[in-house]
Amino acid sequence: MRIERKNRAAVSRRSFLKAGTAAAGGLVLGFVIPGANRSATAAAATPAAPNAFLRIAPDDTITVMVDRLEFGQGVHTALPMLIAEELDADWSRVRAELAPAGDVYKDPLFGIQMTGSSISVAHSFTHYRETGARARAMLIAAAAERWQVAPEQCTTSGGVVIGPAGRRATYGALADAAMKQPVPATVRLKDAKDFRFIGKPVKRLDARAKSSGKQQFGIDFTLPGMKTAVVARPPVFGAKVRNVDAAKARAIKGVVDVVEVAVGSGGRGVAVIADGYWPAKQGRDALAIEWDTDAVARLDSDRQMRDYRALAATPGQPAITADTGKLASSAKMISAVYEFPYLAHAPMEPINCVVDLGADHCTVWAGVQFQTFDHGAIATATGLKPAQVTLNTMMSGGGFGRRGVTTSDDLIEAVNVAKAYGRGPVKVIWSREDDIKGGYYRPSHVHKVDIGLDANGDVVAWNHVIVGQAISAGTPFESVLIKNGVDSTTTEGIGDAYALPVNLSVHHPKANVPVLWWRGSASNHTAFVMETLVDEVAHAAGIDPVDYRRKLLGDKHPRHLAALELVVARSGYGKKQLDKGRAWGVAVHGMSGSVVAYVVEASVKDGVPRLHKVTAGVHCNMAVNPLTIEAQVQGAVLASLGTTLPGAAVTFKDGVVEQRNFNDYTVARMTDMPHVDVFIVPSIDPPGGMGEPGVPPLAPAFANAVFGVTRKRVRKVPFGLGSA
Amino acid sequence: MVTLHINGRDRQVDADPSTPILWALRDHLGMTGTKFGCGAALCGACTVHLDGAAVRACVTPISSAVGHKITTIEAMEADKVGKAVQDAWVKHDVPQCGYCQSGQVMSAVALLRTKRHPSDADIDQAMSGNICRCGTYQRIRAAIKDAAATIA
Repeated sequence: MRIERKNRAAVSRRSFLKAGTAAAGGLVLGFVIPGANRSATAAAATPAAPNAFLRIAPDDTITVMVDRLEFGQGVHTALPMLIAEELDADWSRVRAELAPAGDVYKDPLFGIQMTGSSISVAHSFTHYRETGARARAMLIAAAAERWQVAPEQCTTSGGVVIGPAGRRATYGALADAAMKQPVPATVRLKDAKDFRFIGKPVKRLDARAKSSGKQQFGIDFTLPGMKTAVVARPPVFGAKVRNVDAAKARAIKGVVDVVEVAVGSGGRGVAVIADGYWPAKQGRDALAIEWDTDAVARLDSDRQMRDYRALAATPGQPAITADTGKLASSAKMISAVYEFPYLAHAPMEPINCVVDLGADHCTVWAGVQFQTFDHGAIATATGLKPAQVTLNTMMSGGGFGRRGVTTSDDLIEAVNVAKAYGRGPVKVIWSREDDIKGGYYRPSHVHKVDIGLDANGDVVAWNHVIVGQAISAGTPFESVLIKNGVDSTTTEGIGDAYALPVNLSVHHPKANVPVLWWRGSASNHTAFVMETLVDEVAHAAGIDPVDYRRKLLGDKHPRHLAALELVVARSGYGKKQLDKGRAWGVAVHGMSGSVVAYVVEASVKDGVPRLHKVTAGVHCNMAVNPLTIEAQVQGAVLASLGTTLPGAAVTFKDGVVEQRNFNDYTVARMTDMPHVDVFIVPSIDPPGGMGEPGVPPLAPAFANAVFGVTRKRVRKVPFGLGSA
Repeated sequence: MVTLHINGRDRQVDADPSTPILWALRDHLGMTGTKFGCGAALCGACTVHLDGAAVRACVTPISSAVGHKITTIEAMEADKVGKAVQDAWVKHDVPQCGYCQSGQVMSAVALLRTKRHPSDADIDQAMSGNICRCGTYQRIRAAIKDAAATIA
């Protein structure tokens, strides 16, 4: 998702202060937003230091509050690196904590607290560094005062202020005194050449905890007296409960209550509340529920694809306009129809939420991507004042978009369960089947493209129609993301970089399926279509696909070109002799301020495509942590590769999802994983995002290599060979 | 009451004998290092050792574990092979979201106990039951080889 709104007001209204007083002493730096609802923020933040971004304790421990969700992408390490850089910290003393929902933690450009669109490092780059620089200046000022010297006579090194005549004091020893210093209004940030952390392969702060079972995730959180709930949700989205027989469920040892509740998509469900997950799950499965599906549409995937293909043959709402008049008279035509299914995100940690609801408070623990939306939604659902609601951000086991439910359905459902139970805190856990069947999928799409080429192989017309649900419809982003009836999170990635006369229109049919962004957003289907078609056009023109891309990029997209040239050089494309039966595939795509180009090697054995080797060229401007960037590209390769495998699709029959678990909803396993080499174009420009940009170009590079082997174009993801 | 032998100690669990080991650990004993991922032995997030062999705790009832030794991720730090694997995981910066890694570590330790010098094919085979959605497989392969070299 790319949000164009630039809410700079949120930045300008933010000012620094020494945030409260830390109970244990030390230096605490945070922000206030003048005029904002302070009470809500104070209630939401940690009691010891509301609004804090940085705490330096007398024992030298440095704690950085991370204003994003950590769900694998590495902000829990990257944001502390930014502060440590300017603070000149001893990295071994740096810790990170995830910040709760709070106004001060809103994204400085978007004006909401969120994690998505691969923006975290890019948008937090300056204010985290400034926070570190301000704290460093205050520590120096405190030391200078103590030693009766000028601040200019002091310097710092690895968590120590060093003064004249070898005087030294650790940051911890100076923290209390530094708290009494004024916060400097302006600070000078380091030159890139002086960086000690930024640009270096810094290892994750959470690696040890996550390798030893000690990391606490949302699903691990417990409260005294807490019960666990498992919810029977309707088999068709939005259906109601006509009748429920809970006798068998109530008879199970450990089951304490069975309650009917409102669930997502306007549906009703039945929650079984028990002493732990196992009796709750047994109880849920023992419910005999007669569902009322009279008022809801029952989707059939085959019929939907037929309908979408028919719609794609007609012009939709214009998104990008260009002359298509030359189609009819072109020397050569390429016509293609592509199909993409619904996709579940299937993060490894199933969706869960802990709610402690009382008459005058509601405290929620959950790993979510839109904390301030969710905080407001909880207040509305409970009827409590915002100041009475606390939302704690929990470390999450993956997400890939699934934790960015703008309607807060999962949290509201959990609040409903806690309200209906009414006797103490409740943790709702989704089973894997609940997750796979539970909606909020990447929408299914059909693309139809008709391309006209002249005698030289140049594209003279490109008519492109996309059919797919509008993800942004009905969300708080609708007014920003949907223009003239076109959701930009359906169309992003088309017509971005190449000099092509693209005429794009869109149909947004409604369907009774809740949909959501999936890692890579629109680009996870648009780039597939663009990059496989550009490859096809190159072949039609008799030009090498890399040369053809060079030509289309021209001199207007130097970063695309730099990523492409790097990966071509490093992979040995066109030079290295490939193993028998293998072919090259190439693709390049930009999103979220970064560009990723792939050269891959693939083969096809017994009709099954196999990806053997991936080389990536990355242009993300400044590479804040190359180790994380490499990991994100490896993850992006896996995510995109997974979508190409047989069985990587959510399908519907009579309104019911046909898949259940990892046996019939395919995800990539170690045996599918190719070796991935990642190369980064050096740059000192402000960083772009890296959580998603590696996803979109992988599947088309793979498909282009499959074409190299089979001479048949892949028109379907997951890969269906020989169709279209 | 069911008596389970976990990480060298006898533990009393007041749960139905059909309760999977996973939920006895997590909900009855507060040992949350072992993770719930699929509930159907399809993802490996819940991997523990039963008498040294890797099993999926989400489908193994506690009744079948009585009289046997259960070993979980919590015991790996004090275990020679377990510690070597964890150190290699940190050295290679393996975890991303980290949720599957308890299970990955337990599968890797079980592999290294039976094969001191696993080949690439051995690693792929032994680890293919453990799903990672973040893409840590490549670093897991490297870390297992590194751990193998350390132990030897």
